[in-house]
Amino acid sequence: MANGESEVGADVPAGGFVQLLTPDGERVDSVTTAEGTTYTVDFSDDEYRELYRDLVTVRRLDTEATALQRQGELGIWASLLGQEAAQVGSGRALRPQDMAFPTYREHGVLYTRGIDPIMPFGLFRGVDQGGWDPNEFKFNTYTIVIGSQTLHATGYAMGITMDGKTGGPDGEAVIAYFGDGATSQGEVNESFVWSGVFHAPIVFFCQNNQYAISEPLERQTRIPLHRRADGYGFPGVRVDGNDVLATFAVTRAALDNARQGQGPTLIEAYTYRMGAHTSSDDPTRYRIASEVESWQAKDPILRLRTFLTKQQIADDTFFADVDDSAKSLALSLRERVLAMPDPQPVTLFDNAYPNGSPEVDAQREQFVAYHAAFEGSDH
Amino acid sequence: MSRIKEFNLPDLGEGLTEGEILSWLIKVGDTIELNQPIVEVETAKAAVEIPAKWAGVVTRIYHDAGTTVEVGMPIVAIDTEPGAGPASPADGAAPEPSAASLAAVEVAPAEGAVEPGLIGGPAPGGRTAVLVGYGPRNVTAKRRPRVGAARPTSAAPAAPAPEEATPDPVLPEPERPASPRMPGHRALAKPPVRKMARDLGVDLAEISGTGPLGSVTRDDVQRAAAAPGKTAAVAPGPTIAGGERRIPVKGVRKLTAENMVASAFTAPHVTEFLTVDVTRSLKALDKIKGRPEFRDVRISPLLLVAKAALLAIRRHPMVNSTWSGATNEIVVKDVVNLGIAAATERGLIVPNIKDAGRLGLRDLASALDELVRTAKSGKTPPAAMAGGTFSITNVGVFGVDTGTPILPPGESAILALGAIRPTPWVHKGKIKVRQVTTLGLSFDHRIVDGELGSRFLRDIGDFLTDPEGALLAWT
Repeated sequence: MANGESEVGADVPAGGFVQLLTPDGERVDSVTTAEGTTYTVDFSDDEYRELYRDLVTVRRLDTEATALQRQGELGIWASLLGQEAAQVGSGRALRPQDMAFPTYREHGVLYTRGIDPIMPFGLFRGVDQGGWDPNEFKFNTYTIVIGSQTLHATGYAMGITMDGKTGGPDGEAVIAYFGDGATSQGEVNESFVWSGVFHAPIVFFCQNNQYAISEPLERQTRIPLHRRADGYGFPGVRVDGNDVLATFAVTRAALDNARQGQGPTLIEAYTYRMGAHTSSDDPTRYRIASEVESWQAKDPILRLRTFLTKQQIADDTFFADVDDSAKSLALSLRERVLAMPDPQPVTLFDNAYPNGSPEVDAQREQFVAYHAAFEGSDH
Repeated sequence: MSRIKEFNLPDLGEGLTEGEILSWLIKVGDTIELNQPIVEVETAKAAVEIPAKWAGVVTRIYHDAGTTVEVGMPIVAIDTEPGAGPASPADGAAPEPSAASLAAVEVAPAEGAVEPGLIGGPAPGGRTAVLVGYGPRNVTAKRRPRVGAARPTSAAPAAPAPEEATPDPVLPEPERPASPRMPGHRALAKPPVRKMARDLGVDLAEISGTGPLGSVTRDDVQRAAAAPGKTAAVAPGPTIAGGERRIPVKGVRKLTAENMVASAFTAPHVTEFLTVDVTRSLKALDKIKGRPEFRDVRISPLLLVAKAALLAIRRHPMVNSTWSGATNEIVVKDVVNLGIAAATERGLIVPNIKDAGRLGLRDLASALDELVRTAKSGKTPPAAMAGGTFSITNVGVFGVDTGTPILPPGESAILALGAIRPTPWVHKGKIKVRQVTTLGLSFDHRIVDGELGSRFLRDIGDFLTDPEGALLAWT
């Protein structure tokens, strides 16, 4: 996508991207792409403030999770630091009927779905398998295997079409999250093929955070990732992933196209992973400090805060209140994580079959008897 | 709950067992906040800052920067209620590490019993599978006692079960008659036990197993094999005409065996080969022999090979090093003590020429000559065999092409010199008969990468192909 209208600075990738809020906090009214699509947002002051609250909150929760891992309370944590705008912007663009397929890093999207942020912590603490009910929250389980969720999402989206739930403003749509590294996976490319051919109501939301663990983007692609969509026959668009407004606008438009039967869209949210790939990774081994600093200047929260201040939409009292409530939410999350009960051994039989099985039931009985043979047994 | 809390080094990255304290960001007496960075720790995966788990005052720092600490060991103690007056020993919270916490990594990761399972078991890649928190345990798991089981009379922990003891049955053992074997009944035994029985010529069906569900254990098989009369059941092997001789393993043979085993199973060996045309080396040797200063010294191709190796070591000093597992260091030696493997009546010995790198060719030649003569006469003093840093074995004198030598313990490379034979060889575009030999270089792959080993071997080969040219180019 060539993109003429947005303010293009030195920090903008070659080929441009949709940007409605510059790193300096300047609002761009609207952006019209070379294909003639115009993107803009029309938020009330309250809505702007709530977006800011979302961003700060998900970052604060993420910081707490990282600390908990370092303190030995989580086995591993995949931080979203730096990707808050891409997640909150796209997550808030979803309508209640839309279905999201996350990777293991979409804590921000999870939060915007109105889900208790503690939900994925059982997985990272190792006290459950992360097996929540995807239908309850319209939010699939976290997927560790890179890219596999795009196929699940494609199947789900094709199902929506078969159910006749597209074709109007209240239609359903699917969003599949993945990263830049996943675009090299076979599954992701298969899902592009199937979605394109079957015109599935799906938005492929690629958070291009520049690194697949330690592999830089130039090891994944020779062309901007959003242009991959050309080869599969659906539109691709690149958005400033550190701009919550543009991310919202582009995702909302793509989802609406999907729900109205216009087929898939690939969104490349151009962003940066400020932290490590996961808590087991040391990014200083493959990134230089100056690169990280250059992205700090493009921080998604800072630019919205500058905008709110300049426009007098929010003042220091508001910002302090947001920080305080985010902190107390984080501290209560900490306490609840520490209080998570260890799983009882017998629960391993619980989800083997939906309606039980005589064999598994017999095994459970034997297992219970075995454990009862120990003193202090409590299962 | 004690008000002074010890913070134990957690497993920071999925199965790590230790971490090195890089720097403390706090000191004793500091008041710290929750999540304030307190220490920087480097693990095998990453250098990370650990945030404080509790707010309070630092009362003790257990390890200085630079210390490697096992996962689960306390690293810092924090008084979480500093305003409440001095902590009294009556709290049972003295910041001394408890004996238990120093003795072992037995620190409960959380309240609640750790259930038996795969956690703590081996995982692929040699790591230890852990769930979360404090990494693998190095101590025998404590099991809850069986209901109604007799308690140990003292507080002493039950002796760890011998390695080959039968594991606890997974299920309560059902009542069953004392297994009269049905015809065609296949005895229960694990595959390794079956193999052992086969190897020892024991019929499993004739053994009454003492293992779970009447299965046959390793001990059962060994007992059966040792039983009198049982040996007769072993299918007789082919009789060896003339019987056999038994030679007690001692002295040089014993030392050699121990060294070879220790080396072969500690240092990952890689061996590379290089076939080179040494015609010009032999011509150079002839020239040297004609010189007056070499008149009364025995010289052989080994001399030039030794010289080549010494010069190549100067260009690749890492080859002349040793792996110090105890201190986690690679020790690169400035001095080359050149070992020469010598076959003697007593067996293989590898005396070395001290600081051979400093010797000129004449002195090197006489040192070699003397070393070999002393070895043959069996008079090599122990000091001459200690402290070698690089060795050469001249298997060529036995008429073989080359070998894959095993490193003398503590050395990182050893060169085998094969027989030098007239061989058809492409020389200046034509097939000529040239004097050709094959070099074999074994190196410790922990220290020497394939690239370094290859360059080193190549340099030796280059020298032997064109000694004058190499000398001019390198020195």
